[in-house]
Amino acid sequence: MISHVRKTVPALLLVGALAAVAGCGGSSDTSGGSTNASSSSGSKATLSLVAYSTPEVVYDQIIPDFQKTSAGSGVGFKTSYGASGDQSRAVDAGLRADVVTFSTEPDMTRLVRDGIVAADWNSGPNRGLVTTSVVAFVVRKGNPKHIRTWADLLRPGVKVLTPNPYSSGAAKWNLLAAYGQASDAGKDPAAGLAYVRALVSHVPVQDKSGRDALNDFTSGNGDVLLSYEYEATTAQKKGQSVDYVLPDRTIKIDIDIATTKTAPSAARAFLAYVLSQPAQQRFADWGYRPVNAAVLAASKSRFPTPSGLFTIDQLGGWRAVDDQLFDVDKGAITKIEQGAGVSTAK
Amino acid sequence: MSATALTVPARRAERSYGALGLGLATLWLSAIVLLPLSAVVAHGLDGGLGAFWDAVTSAQAIAALRFTVLVSLATALLNVLGGTLIAWVLVRDRFPGKRIVNALIDLPFALPTIVAGLVLLTLYGQRSPLGIDVAFTQVAVLLALLFVTLPFVIRSVQPVLIELDREMEEAALSLGAGNATIFRRVVLPNLAPAILSGAALAFARAVGEFGSIVLISGNIPFKTQVSSVYVFNLIESDAPISAAAVSTVLLAVSLLVLLAIRGLGRWGARHDR
Amino acid sequence: MTVSRRWRIGLRTLALLYLGALLFVPVGLIFYRTFEHGIGAVWASITTPAAIHAFQLTLEVTAIAVPLNTIFGVVMALALARGSWRGKGLVNALIDLPFAVSPIVIGLSLVLVYGIHGWLGPSLTKAGIQVIFSLPGIVLATIFVSLPFVVREVTPVLREVGDEQEQAAATLGAGAWTTFRRVTLPSIRWGIAYGVVLSVARCIGEFGAVSVVSGKIAGETDTLTLLVEKRFSNFDLAGAYAASALLALIALATLLAMTSMNRRREEEGA
Repeated sequence: MISHVRKTVPALLLVGALAAVAGCGGSSDTSGGSTNASSSSGSKATLSLVAYSTPEVVYDQIIPDFQKTSAGSGVGFKTSYGASGDQSRAVDAGLRADVVTFSTEPDMTRLVRDGIVAADWNSGPNRGLVTTSVVAFVVRKGNPKHIRTWADLLRPGVKVLTPNPYSSGAAKWNLLAAYGQASDAGKDPAAGLAYVRALVSHVPVQDKSGRDALNDFTSGNGDVLLSYEYEATTAQKKGQSVDYVLPDRTIKIDIDIATTKTAPSAARAFLAYVLSQPAQQRFADWGYRPVNAAVLAASKSRFPTPSGLFTIDQLGGWRAVDDQLFDVDKGAITKIEQGAGVSTAK
Repeated sequence: MSATALTVPARRAERSYGALGLGLATLWLSAIVLLPLSAVVAHGLDGGLGAFWDAVTSAQAIAALRFTVLVSLATALLNVLGGTLIAWVLVRDRFPGKRIVNALIDLPFALPTIVAGLVLLTLYGQRSPLGIDVAFTQVAVLLALLFVTLPFVIRSVQPVLIELDREMEEAALSLGAGNATIFRRVVLPNLAPAILSGAALAFARAVGEFGSIVLISGNIPFKTQVSSVYVFNLIESDAPISAAAVSTVLLAVSLLVLLAIRGLGRWGARHDR
Repeated sequence: MTVSRRWRIGLRTLALLYLGALLFVPVGLIFYRTFEHGIGAVWASITTPAAIHAFQLTLEVTAIAVPLNTIFGVVMALALARGSWRGKGLVNALIDLPFAVSPIVIGLSLVLVYGIHGWLGPSLTKAGIQVIFSLPGIVLATIFVSLPFVVREVTPVLREVGDEQEQAAATLGAGAWTTFRRVTLPSIRWGIAYGVVLSVARCIGEFGAVSVVSGKIAGETDTLTLLVEKRFSNFDLAGAYAASALLALIALATLLAMTSMNRRREEEGA
């Protein structure tokens, strides 16, 4: 009589062994593209791309495109996508990366501070940017509630979705847009904070990431979602029934990209390709505002410039903003968020 | 105690096997659990005692802790009631489809918490087909926790109930005891350790649960924010030392409650004799 | 005790209602959403190379974690139920602790110990071993979260069964190992079975801690749960539900395997 344990353990180990053997033979793949992540081709490198989560769909197209060029032929790719802050911290903690791209600058400067990315990462002609975007209002198809302006967000009964600024870089951009437009690009902090305070009382839930907030919105919660312009376009392309509205005054969102100090030369070739016309056109197709001058000029009609566009620099730059507004203990917006927790009745 | 006619060498061998086994098991426990957790405690103190104290006494930290412990205790209690009932029905009752029901009990563990949260939100949220909207409230947190802790008490009680010696119940019956008395004085004391064990696990899991709550709860500070979400926010805001400090306190509180639950079991067992 | 028919139906209804609201309906919704677009779509989305690799990785990690925790569980259960030694209460509470730790903190704790800046980081780097962002890290996180199950399932059964049979075997001259194999083990087989089932379910369903330590390298360190999240993020809801359904099926298969093994032994007549 074979004992129970004796039967279980070998069975599980057998399954594990089979899985391991099968795993060695199988090809590893990104979810959409057909890249080979094998490092058997000794002559060319394998690049590790560590990115924030949303441009996965775009890189799934750009990477195979790159591998068809002479600079990219034979280059293998390993990709990792996740929340911008998490990915940045992972690289800090040792996640191998050759090309990194994040949705807020502090995620990049963290790596500069720790010597993983060179300090001159943003000194090139593209200033370290791969694409830009703007904060937009994502609404239901047809905009049934006619939400067009920041004042509309404060109408009684309007529920606004925006993620939690302590766990989401996207949320910071959203609140900075709200703050900036009310404070005349930072000149009147009191007015800016007053608007943010009023806005937060219209937010029923703060999801932990931009994508979670978008999924929350498409599941039927809320009347309007604050998000990036390209989130709306990507959602539309993926069959979600949403529309978006560009408010007159909004903030320009910078998406950063850089190669790490230990990256092989193929990484710089990839970066150059990502900034070149074919790749930038891919970005534009998905709703990202390109930084490549030619593509930008060609797609001007798709990406109108809001009349009251302002930048993070006008608000003092990331360090000042993180200190004064988002500091976990003393930031002004922190105080508003905590105050909202006490007074919101539900 | 019955005298055993074990030879002295055999008893010594048994004791040394036991000691070796216990030693190895404790080593495993230390390496897997204690080592990483002590790293967290150490990290929480990396900024000094002052910073540690500030982090754990912040208003948000205390509110989150209070809400977490209360809702986890409620979860454990509801699980004791519901779980024991379900385990009883699964072991002692017969009905068509019982095997299928039994098979489904473990699913809350196998399903990623993100799926659990999403599905609960759909069923009991704004767009609920049942007309129940508890999304983003404290009830929603309880619901999510009840889902993810469902198997604990049930699976704890089942094996004990299966092995339960029916002779005692039959003896009590033949002595004229009614069902309620038999359950209370014969069955329940035998099940109590398993029930408490399952309840302790459910409590512990409820305290640490993150993935399903973060979707359905709304995470409003001072209202529906649990400690695990607060810690997550601290990490994401680049305050890992504060996060480690708050986690340390959470661990200490969990340890205390777990010790209390088990102490309750021992006290109850002693009073039964 | 024989329960009256009225009571039995009442209890059954109550139990099924509770389960219905909390379990059947949510799980039913998941399966409904999975197969909404037909079996072909489901098959396609769980046979992509990424999904196959995630499936293999999940099984591999589980196949390592569960046997180790089972052995630990049985040994520790014996020590807790049979032995008498100091510190039992504390060890008991420590064993439950892995659940109380939020998964994010578990990930953080492992990085603090095994990461390149961690306690063991420099030594590991020198030895050329990568733990975090590689398979060992995922295995460690999974072992951590599933540690208590077998102990917790087996200990109450051991207590319930008592050690008279073991003592009887000893008087008949059986050695420690034989006693264990032929007396103790069969009496705890249901405890082990359910412990293994729960461990497997927990291992395959772990998300938070693995998400921190895996590095999410597509095709390398993406487990099935990470794949579910990735698909949700990319609006591939059907694919996300399909992967979840796959996880549910693995859990069901495990339960079937364990309970049928037990049933067969019952029929053989232990």
